[in-house]
Amino acid sequence: MEKSNLLMLIVLLGVAAYYRGTHRAESLIAKNGPRLHSLPGFYGYYMALWSTLPALLVMVFWQLGEGHVMTAGALAVLPEEMTKADASQISLLINDIRNAASESTYAQANPVIQAAADRYLQLGRQSNLLLTILSLCVSLVGALFAHRQIKPTFRARNQVEKVLTVSLVSCALLAILTTVGIVLSVLIESVRFFQMVPVTDFIFGLKWSPQIAMRSDQVGSSGAFGAIPLVTGTLLISLVAMIVAVPIGLLSAIYLSEYSGPRFRSTAKPLLEILAGIPTVVYGFFAALVVAPFIRDLGTSVGLDVSSESALAAGLVMGIMIIPFVSSLSDDFINAVPQSLRDGAYALGATQSETIRQVVMPAALPGVVGGILLAVSRAIGETMIVVMAAGLSANLTFNPLAAVTTVTTQIVTLLVGDQEFDSPKTLAAFALGLVLFLLTLALNILALRIVRKYREQYE
Amino acid sequence: MTTYTASISMSDPNAEHYLLAPHERASPVKPREKATNVKFDRDHRETIGEYTSASARIRCRNVDVFYGEKPAVQDINLDIGNNQVIALIGPSGCGKSTFLRCLNRMNDTIQDCRVTGDISMDGKPIYGQDVDVVPLRAQVGMVFQKPNPFPKSIFENVAYGPRIHGLVNAKSELEEIVEKSLRRAGLWDEVKDRLAQPGTGLSGGQQQRLCIARTIAVNPEVILMDEPCSALDPIATAKIEQLIDELRELYTIVIVTHSMQQAARVSQRTAYFHLGHLIEVGETAQVFTHPQHQLTEDYITGRFG
Ligand SMILES: Nc1ncnc2c1ncn2[C@@H]1O[C@H](COP(=O)(O)OP(=O)(O)O)[C@@H](O)[C@H]1O
Ligand SMILES: [Mg+2]
Repeated sequence: MEKSNLLMLIVLLGVAAYYRGTHRAESLIAKNGPRLHSLPGFYGYYMALWSTLPALLVMVFWQLGEGHVMTAGALAVLPEEMTKADASQISLLINDIRNAASESTYAQANPVIQAAADRYLQLGRQSNLLLTILSLCVSLVGALFAHRQIKPTFRARNQVEKVLTVSLVSCALLAILTTVGIVLSVLIESVRFFQMVPVTDFIFGLKWSPQIAMRSDQVGSSGAFGAIPLVTGTLLISLVAMIVAVPIGLLSAIYLSEYSGPRFRSTAKPLLEILAGIPTVVYGFFAALVVAPFIRDLGTSVGLDVSSESALAAGLVMGIMIIPFVSSLSDDFINAVPQSLRDGAYALGATQSETIRQVVMPAALPGVVGGILLAVSRAIGETMIVVMAAGLSANLTFNPLAAVTTVTTQIVTLLVGDQEFDSPKTLAAFALGLVLFLLTLALNILALRIVRKYREQYE
Repeated sequence: MTTYTASISMSDPNAEHYLLAPHERASPVKPREKATNVKFDRDHRETIGEYTSASARIRCRNVDVFYGEKPAVQDINLDIGNNQVIALIGPSGCGKSTFLRCLNRMNDTIQDCRVTGDISMDGKPIYGQDVDVVPLRAQVGMVFQKPNPFPKSIFENVAYGPRIHGLVNAKSELEEIVEKSLRRAGLWDEVKDRLAQPGTGLSGGQQQRLCIARTIAVNPEVILMDEPCSALDPIATAKIEQLIDELRELYTIVIVTHSMQQAARVSQRTAYFHLGHLIEVGETAQVFTHPQHQLTEDYITGRFG
């Protein structure tokens, strides 16, 4: 039987086991009165778990081992001189066999390979048959075992909940392990990079031109991997974005939460949040095609020298993108300020604006600051807009009218196209990724601490 | 299938009686008729007793309050006399807070709340078109059920009101007001060494006295208190009750309370509310010892509450 069908069958068995278990528990109640330890459903779940989980485990392990056995069997059919080759040739051979096996109509295969492929397929069929029998047996035995355990004193709920706990824990672990894995891989690749380029050159270097490093046979080809221009570019654009987003977002949040009527609020807030739903690539070409030329023309008309890709254009558009972040988070925090504080101020004769400026905002401020920091880390990690609107030239400048480049943009350009995976150029991307990661991590931790501290104050 | 709900024992023949709302009870379990001089039965809705006052600061006539279309308080006539404490009592949800909030127009902050009728303070209507609520609220201060100090320092909490009303010019003047208010609220000795610490760090009773100090600092004439002790322990409550008694010499006080002992201890007049109506009002001693309305008697004898 195909594995997908088998899976379905086992799930069906599980459903059947659930009903069987529930029914048995109910009939126990009918016989002895309501003195079961758990609700009948828990006995059903218990039986279902026993009939599915072990069988699924068998399937998983089978799947892990099956490939090896099948290829080993197929290789055994081949003449000995073919299999005495080195590991990489063997893996080519295995590939050939798999290809021949998967495309049965492909007639041109070498007869020896074809024979091996036939063997491979045959082994696969046997394996499936065996697996079907085995897992169904396991499933049935599991169900039977569980069924025999169903007694009034049996604590099915505790067992089921134990399984639930374990599965929740493993999901959480999975997420954590993934994060750890990503961080580790970035870290390891960065370490490799730092073996080729000194850390100090990377952190304190003022020049970024990774292109030269491609031609390693050239004289003086070490390349320049100073990250400072990228970091300043990133910070410059984030700063522009924040200058746009913070006032607009904050003031609109104050208006929405304190002044507007419920009807206006209920339409305006979702509309504002649509801004967050626009794909960043759309913002990107809006920045590149509309905003950047507009700024350039405006600059030229007043006699300023503005490059056609500028930090200002990217920052402006990024700021617009971030407005809903700031406003939505601020709105939440402003609303979280207890009404009793507002009442207290009003009862002293404070006007609405006094109340907001002197009581509500100071109370909400830590949360708002935390929200803004989250938005900053979002701005720093943003890629698409800057790729399209800020340019690629790594200028070390604080002039928002000049073209700059950012950490994310450089990561993209370093990894686009065909590259060897051990050149400093490619590995530099990981080091940059590490910088980005550390930067946003620090911001997020700071923001979360501030937010948490604020939360405790009122709960 | 068997149900797992526990069954409620209905063996008590009077159980059903107590499950009904008071006005739905057909024929009550005979009340102890002996010591009462009740003259009005439970259906009577006009205010019993003397609702006017010779020295009225605030005069309410035919006041109705609606939340949306739902009337919360109906046809209230009541005078608040000068330099006395009037207690508003009654079961939960009968509109005491709603009525109290009319007196300094705090109901304005509630979206769909509508007040009709006449309320005047010293002869001037407070719901007039041209009335500014800022001076009104400075004149009629309010203390809330749950202490709500601002998340600022103790000093700033008290200084806030005088600042926004521009009552002071120099810092020394402000310090003077803060000290005087804290003293009057009986909190000075406990906090004088830590004025710079946050007001939210005080105990519940201290916070409530801080809120009273904050209210006093703007020099009000009337103080409204909405169950000021309901979140406090008995010792803190006793302190606040003593404070109210002292404040009576300087201020007119309206206090909502759930505790009848408290009403009896601190107030000179008492008004009993029931389902949005003002049922009975009179001298506190009179209302507690000789209630004239059946509902008042029911409430103060603890038949419901
Ligand atoms: N903000 C509000 N919106 C709508 N209805 C309210 C509001 N506040 C109070 N009410 C209603 O008005 C009635 C009186 O409430 P309230 O004045 O708080 O009673 P009390 O203070 O005597 O317990 C209650 O029925 C309550 O449900
Ligand atoms: Mg109330």
